[in-house]
Amino acid sequence: MTEAQSNLTIENPKMSARDVKVFYGEKQAIKGVSIDVDMDNVTAFIGPSGCGKSTFLRTLNRMNDTVASARVEGEITLDGEDIYAPSMDVVQLRARVGMVFQKPNPFPKSIYENIAYGPRIHGLAASKTDMDVIVEKSLRRAGLWDEVKDRLHDSGTALSGGQQQRLCIGRAIAVEPEVILMDEPCSALDPIATAKIEELIHELRGRYAIVIVTHNMQQAARVSQRTAFFHLGELVEYGVTSDIFTNPRQERTKDYITGRYG
Amino acid sequence: MAEHTIKAFDEEIDRLRGLIAEMGGRAEAAIENAMLALQRQDKILAAEVVEGDKRIDAIEAEVEKLVIQVIALRAPMANDLRDVIAALKIVSVVERIGDYAKNIAKRVPLVASNRHTLEPISLLPSMGQVAGEMVHDALNAFAARDAELALAVVERDTVVDDFYNSVFRTLVTFMVENPKTISECAHLLFIAKNIERIGDHATNVAEMVYYAATGQTLPERERGADIQPED
Repeated sequence: MTEAQSNLTIENPKMSARDVKVFYGEKQAIKGVSIDVDMDNVTAFIGPSGCGKSTFLRTLNRMNDTVASARVEGEITLDGEDIYAPSMDVVQLRARVGMVFQKPNPFPKSIYENIAYGPRIHGLAASKTDMDVIVEKSLRRAGLWDEVKDRLHDSGTALSGGQQQRLCIGRAIAVEPEVILMDEPCSALDPIATAKIEELIHELRGRYAIVIVTHNMQQAARVSQRTAFFHLGELVEYGVTSDIFTNPRQERTKDYITGRYG
Repeated sequence: MAEHTIKAFDEEIDRLRGLIAEMGGRAEAAIENAMLALQRQDKILAAEVVEGDKRIDAIEAEVEKLVIQVIALRAPMANDLRDVIAALKIVSVVERIGDYAKNIAKRVPLVASNRHTLEPISLLPSMGQVAGEMVHDALNAFAARDAELALAVVERDTVVDDFYNSVFRTLVTFMVENPKTISECAHLLFIAKNIERIGDHATNVAEMVYYAATGQTLPERERGADIQPED
């Protein structure tokens, strides 16, 4: 643990990373990051473009496996279990650690099918009635039910951008994940849709461990209780969000959040 | 300190700091001139101090407006946030300091008539000088973001408190012996109390400077024994 990371003690971590290094071919993108995230707090990853925050986020559910040149070293555990162990079922892992992307990417199917798809392939619903319950519950938790309940069989792609993003969050929730990773979930949305997603994140807190990557520092300040600042592939500082934004310990953090960065 | 990527932000912060420096300088001069007017029975100088307080009040209003604008438009963070919050709090305190100096100046004509009878007046200039220096140093500490200098101001507050207690006893004794001077002595007592309050306010400014510079609040400190309850 470096000095920067020792400011915060996370009890009962849901996920832990220890000395994680990521390489794209010869280039090292992540230089030994150790961090814990828990269920009770929303954790925000901030930092300038290319700092490695998204790359690191994607190691948490092995999304980097899909990049041929990517190589991950170090240890990442979910409830103490090594997610890079050969015995780990990656499909199962990604159900437990769900992900929401920058651009809403609903399937070109109905709203109902967008939600039902995951539970169906994971065998979570025994009957049509079970599935109806899952779809309603997921859409309710995603804050979308009231807006779509009368048109569940319309196409998901016909929704507005903000609704599509909430549909994607509903889709992630439907398979009962433990962790939800969000990679810039609001960067394609207008301020109202953004506020709805932020409110949703607030409501989902505690039920899932939530990690959000954001370029928008105000958003990190608004939605998270823990903030991690990444720079040049390093975790520079990790702390309570209000401390990071009022009194950062590291010079690099201060320069970044006050708008003095390079 | 490195510059902001957005230059207008730096310009606003600079303007804010410039206004506070000007305000501090004016408050300091007001204290000095009020004390000088008292010593010399200079009613014209005293009237100038009263008039000059308007500019101090105007700067306070200007800083408030600018701070609101910076918070709304720039969303300052970390040391920038602490700076603008401290600025907002400091100006309201310095405005009070200006009022105390004005109040002292307003009493000058009321103690002028029997000056030759009032020996205790001799203690007040030194007391005023210490309080004025505290104001000066507190605002210099803000300008330089100097936490050490701010601490030194806080520690000096007891000197002013001790002065006040001494002046209080002297004046009471003097009044007992010279009942005819009670009216003038009562004004001097208020003047002493005003200076003592200026010292307290300079201490408050220094505490805010310490917070802005370090992000830490100063622990509660022991205050000097006070004869009268705080007003």
